[in-house]
Amino acid sequence: MQAVAASKLRRVQIRAEAARPYADRMAEVLTEVASRTTGSPHPFLTERPIKKRLLILVTADRGLAGGLNVNAIRVALTYIRQGEETVLDTIGRKGRDYFRRLGVPIIAEVSQTGDRPELKDILPAVTVARDEYLKGNVDQVALVHTHFASISRLVPSVSILIPVQVPERKEGLRVGYLYEPEPEEVLARLLPRYVEAQVYAAVLDNLASFYAAQTVAMRNATDNAGELIDDLTMLRNKVRQATITKELSEIVGGAEALAAG
Amino acid sequence: MADKLHVDIVTVEGRRFKGDADFVVAPGSEGELGVLPRHIPLLTPLAPGSVKVRNDGEEQFFFVSGGFLEVRPDQVTVLADSAERADDIDEARAEEARRRAESLLQQKLSDADQAAATTALARAEARLRLAELRRRRRV
Repeated sequence: MQAVAASKLRRVQIRAEAARPYADRMAEVLTEVASRTTGSPHPFLTERPIKKRLLILVTADRGLAGGLNVNAIRVALTYIRQGEETVLDTIGRKGRDYFRRLGVPIIAEVSQTGDRPELKDILPAVTVARDEYLKGNVDQVALVHTHFASISRLVPSVSILIPVQVPERKEGLRVGYLYEPEPEEVLARLLPRYVEAQVYAAVLDNLASFYAAQTVAMRNATDNAGELIDDLTMLRNKVRQATITKELSEIVGGAEALAAG
Repeated sequence: MADKLHVDIVTVEGRRFKGDADFVVAPGSEGELGVLPRHIPLLTPLAPGSVKVRNDGEEQFFFVSGGFLEVRPDQVTVLADSAERADDIDEARAEEARRRAESLLQQKLSDADQAAATTALARAEARLRLAELRRRRRV
């Protein structure tokens, strides 16, 4: 199991890496376009007073992964308790099941996306969140997932998805594009995709965390089982030794009694 | 050495193509456009269709279902919603998708569904056109 989880972790990491060029370019282009648009800003970029919130919670579908899901759920609970009313949109079975038992409203859910999630698998969850925001039913969309920092450091984290936080411009990147059609129009098409790409990246990141947690959990289980085997072997030898000694002394005792009689 | 364009076709699921080119044709949302080296920086959404990459007389085709085209003087980036190399297109699946979209369009639909079906139809037709083009070239 440990070897299986470790090899799956490697594969997921490759997939997460493959998604990077798109995300990086998207961020660059978005920064550029956002700085160019004037006039009424796109709703995705406008902060408004928060009355209700939506949280996209990314957890794993399966357990046997140490504290992974529990920790993410705890971060989600903190977010829900510290602030306005929150509805949930869950990706992954563990988070969904937990909050369903707790009675927190879940307005959309996606699960069983497997080891090779594609964008279209998670799109329904993102679309619901986007529509809720555009309809004005919620005023903030946040995202909780477990970030894979390293195999021994998995960090459950919250980030704000909408309103979109436009990435800071790096020095000397100003390009000055010609836009076709108007920049506002281009921006309006870019923003939803940017949000989708962020959620997709979070799902892959979470999957990497899941296999890392599973690898560690399995390694601990193997180590514990090893220790247990050592202890039990020691115990068995002691018991055996004691039994032999006891039987020998009984035989010797019996023989002596016969000789005396 | 003559100027070259560095072409990058990426989707959210990974890179589909990276290489040099002399000439790129892409289906911009406002019309098809051709890009030569030293083009003015340009950013435009893409319509479903095929992206052609020509390098030293060799042409490669990619199907994109939408996305963005970013042009810089020495660089072309296609941020595609999905991209397939022409050789990978599954014609049967594309044909099936086209029929589905057509039959949907014949029913009465809400505006949103109508728009979705029209887009689906455009996508399927673009895929088929590209597959057809490829077949003709091979013969």
